[in-house]
Amino acid sequence: MLRVGVLALQGDFREHINSLSSLNVAVQKVRNPEELKTVNALVIPGGESTTISMLAQRVGLLEPLRKFVKDGFAVYGSCAGMIMLADEILDGRSDQETIGGIDITVRRNAFGRQVDSFETDLAIKDFKESFRAVFIRAPWVERVGSSVEVLATFKTENKEDHPVMVRQGSLLATAFHPELTNDNRVHEYFVQMAKSVSSVNS
Amino acid sequence: MANQNNGTGTPRVKQGMAEMLKGGVIMDVINAEQARIAEDAGAVAVMALERVPADIRKDGGVARMSDPDMIDEIIATVSIPVMAKARIGHITEAQVLQSLGVDYIDESEVLTPADESHHIDKRQFTVPFVCGATNLGEALRRINEGAAMIRSKGEAGTGNVVEAVRHMRTIRGDIARLKGLDKEELYSAAKDLQAPYELVAQVAELGRLPVVLFTAGGIATPADAALMMQLGADGVFVGSGIFKSGDPVQRAKAIVEATTNFDDPSVIARVSRGLGEAMVGINIEILPATERFAERGW
Repeated sequence: MLRVGVLALQGDFREHINSLSSLNVAVQKVRNPEELKTVNALVIPGGESTTISMLAQRVGLLEPLRKFVKDGFAVYGSCAGMIMLADEILDGRSDQETIGGIDITVRRNAFGRQVDSFETDLAIKDFKESFRAVFIRAPWVERVGSSVEVLATFKTENKEDHPVMVRQGSLLATAFHPELTNDNRVHEYFVQMAKSVSSVNS
Repeated sequence: MANQNNGTGTPRVKQGMAEMLKGGVIMDVINAEQARIAEDAGAVAVMALERVPADIRKDGGVARMSDPDMIDEIIATVSIPVMAKARIGHITEAQVLQSLGVDYIDESEVLTPADESHHIDKRQFTVPFVCGATNLGEALRRINEGAAMIRSKGEAGTGNVVEAVRHMRTIRGDIARLKGLDKEELYSAAKDLQAPYELVAQVAELGRLPVVLFTAGGIATPADAALMMQLGADGVFVGSGIFKSGDPVQRAKAIVEATTNFDDPSVIARVSRGLGEAMVGINIEILPATERFAERGW
């Protein structure tokens, strides 16, 4: 049975819990290694990636999280969560640790400062209708490894296309915040992903 | 953004930014070096200002928006969001701060008010605003003016948490009293709160403010921060409490950890050890009414 944890060190974990709760899955907070052991899928919320990374280090969660990813459990990260799942980050703190797992290079605050934060209708692969995507001091993906599938891109003012939603195996990441809208399709997509992964794992 | 479908400065984008700060600590800093210490300690944002509230109290005089050079330097130094304070009602200071690219403006009673009867029309701005409140009515009036985040005022620069507790309990108590009221009673409550009916009805339905609620003013220890979280704050502003203490680096880290683990006394105990001296603090009863910042704003 699927039990989804939401990393609850800092950020908008309450909104992710709300989005997941309407999808008929068991949801709980994860704040330490013991709580991580009781879940078989994980969401890393939006927040400040530097803060989340530091707190994860201090409570001894970083290594267990890396192992969780390596063991093939499904993990979804939005915004700061995308940064945490990236193998490489640009414009981060020099000593900023990530969990890693997705073969991408992500640039922090790539769209600019808060005055540049925006919402837009985004086309997502296999979604019939567009998705209202909220980007807040958001990162984008600058390099994509060969085993990474790009599910959505955003064209910036200078016509560059940047991936903003990617998947690699059991790992999913978005630069935007579906948890800030009432549209649960991204969470639904993740739950379906997690269900197929957990049936393989068990 | 060129595409008109792409909205900047929408309520969702402004309020959403505050959602990302939840469970975090926002620290007052007066230069780039302090900003780096704050970021290293795990602050979710820094508040750039020329003098911390304890020094504003001590020095007296008119307290204003900070020097743009200093704000630029802090923005260039850290990767986390940078906030800055504008005087209550000082539209131009707010416009300047927005042009500098600060991520949030605090229309703050800690600075000397510029307008005695009007707060800034915050809906005219792309940058989001946080405002102080001592009760629910005040919070809703600020939200109606476009504030995307509220902080309980407390009494800044005192190192005394008593006013922060009073204001947080008042706001939460005011919200609790709306529960179960029928429509006629909500109209009457809106009149008493001097706030728009729509916002009052929304609060009654949600059981909380429609925006993120932080706490501020007098938080000096990890236990203070955890107490405010237990009383229902979504996060904590710490002003003078860190850089007016004996060991700012350790205290900053300790307050961050206490805010995350606010309901685990063993963590609070661990991080409270060996922090050196806390800021001295002031007892509120001996503060003359004219020196109480919380009474500024309406």
